[in-house]
Amino acid sequence: MTDKSHGTGGLTFDKSKRAWPNEFNIFIALLLIIFIFEALGQLLPYMKGQSMLFDFNTKRDGTILNMARIKIIILQVSIIGIIALGVTQVIIVGGIDLSSGSIVGATAMISMSFAQTELVNGNPNPKAIFGSWAMDLPIILPIAVGLVCGVIAGSINGLLIAYTRIPPFIATLGMMVSARGVAKWWSKGNPISFPTDEYAAISNGNLIDGLTFGLFSDSWVMTQVFDGQNPAIYFLLLAILFHFVMKYTVYGKHTYAIGSNEDAARMSGINVAWHKVMVYAMAGMLAGFAAILLTSRNVTAQAGMGFVYELDAIAMAVIGGVSLAGGRGSIIGTVLGAMIFGVIISGFTYLKLDAFYQEMVKGGIIVAAVVLDQWRQRRAAMKA
Amino acid sequence: MSDEIVLKTEDLTKHYGGVHALEGADFELKSGEHVAIMGDNGAGKSTFVRQITGVEQKTRGRIWLYGDEVNFAGPLDAREAGIETVFQTLALADDLDVPDNLFLGREMTKWNWLGPFRLLDYKRMREATVAGLERTAVKIPNIRNTIRNMSGGQRQCVAIARTATFHSRLTIMDEPTAALGVQETAQVENIVRQLKEAGEPLILISHNMRQVMDLVDRIIVFRRGRIVANLDRRETDGQDVVAYITGAKTGADYAGAA
Repeated sequence: MTDKSHGTGGLTFDKSKRAWPNEFNIFIALLLIIFIFEALGQLLPYMKGQSMLFDFNTKRDGTILNMARIKIIILQVSIIGIIALGVTQVIIVGGIDLSSGSIVGATAMISMSFAQTELVNGNPNPKAIFGSWAMDLPIILPIAVGLVCGVIAGSINGLLIAYTRIPPFIATLGMMVSARGVAKWWSKGNPISFPTDEYAAISNGNLIDGLTFGLFSDSWVMTQVFDGQNPAIYFLLLAILFHFVMKYTVYGKHTYAIGSNEDAARMSGINVAWHKVMVYAMAGMLAGFAAILLTSRNVTAQAGMGFVYELDAIAMAVIGGVSLAGGRGSIIGTVLGAMIFGVIISGFTYLKLDAFYQEMVKGGIIVAAVVLDQWRQRRAAMKA
Repeated sequence: MSDEIVLKTEDLTKHYGGVHALEGADFELKSGEHVAIMGDNGAGKSTFVRQITGVEQKTRGRIWLYGDEVNFAGPLDAREAGIETVFQTLALADDLDVPDNLFLGREMTKWNWLGPFRLLDYKRMREATVAGLERTAVKIPNIRNTIRNMSGGQRQCVAIARTATFHSRLTIMDEPTAALGVQETAQVENIVRQLKEAGEPLILISHNMRQVMDLVDRIIVFRRGRIVANLDRRETDGQDVVAYITGAKTGADYAGAA
């Protein structure tokens, strides 16, 4: 007989009394928000009974779902979502990362300058940064450069926080300003453009089609779902990977332990300082990867890229139930938080609201999510 | 009770800058013995424990564990040598469950070639946890519950159960019942009695005179960073101990101490 009660001393507990996982509540919130937008579309007079997610009139997509909009919802959150995967780990370990947007900017410039192509329509590349030695390099190089840049920036964050004991807020604020400076200095403010076709294909190609050797190129799934969705596919793959890492590896367990009780972690012999460096470096690397996807998608790099992405990423994590106090939250939560974020932004566009209102409401949602987190914590404290 | 000496310190000293928190402590613990350390706040009890558990580095002095001289660079060293400590601040991670806490910093793993990303062996850790809790007769309805959702007594029991899970050679408890209610205190005291029956040596730091008189064989009194008395529990009483703690009396062997 298998004992599933996990009790000792003859005690067992009533499984039916177990609380729902927090992610379930967030999923319900996501459905609720979708329903509200759907209902507003049907009810508001100027919307003339449109639907946000469904497409009843035309069958051109071969589905009643409005695939175009759903794809945009996922696509527009996936690059910031990748940053949010790193930010989630940083917040769980008990820190905060304000530098990810600027790291995206700096990494975008640096990696793009190694991804340029020599000849554009037979003419020399007008935006060339380096000489011909840096032109048409194998694709692995700009990718490696981008990831290494991210790791370096993140490691500096981590080393500052772990060994000088300054608050993460200050250390990453410094990096936010400095990395933006690097981004502007790298090409003296000029945009860097015209990458190789391979580099452009990182975001704009069809990863799944490539992985299946073009066997299903003509299928509906390939043309309607996966085409042009590479950032979203990378986001979901990385989310699955880091969900696993956070739940089932020593790295993940120690991240939760440090965020939960740093002294306890230290007394248990965990090398807290070194672990923090690893977590910040990981966040930097994910920001670097986001920069590669972003520059590949836009086929250009500009010093202002990634501006305030850090706040959007933090917002996704917080909406997804990651506690700013550290120790609590999950990758699944952050993915759901990113979805909520995307649905709200698309929803406003769909309801034809001005971008000004979008920003105002976005700020409100972040505050509301933190208030909700505080309230949850207090309630949990009262129960205990 | 055999005469093997579990722990011995000689001239153990700790200065924090100009503050002499611990001065020349000579201490001995025999196999299977339960010893209480008493003293006023700031008398040096916790400082003494922090030196032998490697949480802090001693200023001077020597420590032997089972006859071997030891120099712990950190708390994990001490743990690996077999010293399990239940700290005043509990040292539990609130957001983790019981097995996670028991194995924190020394997880059972597989696929170790993955380095920091090696996989946790949840199943083995759960089984070892249940075995350890049963051995100390700790009652917990659901070991998958996070520490945050547990009562103070349960938390303390989890902290103590760590010692049983790891076959410790010496258990140290720093005021284990300071924050507990009557029933919870009784639960913890029962676990201490279990350790006594099992012949596990123990150092107990406590302010609770009744508890000390109930549980231990010997009482060491600290005052102003020095050991001032070494009393057999059967030959002393509460009033006597209080006299040593407050400074009204000083042990014959320690006349020069304070």
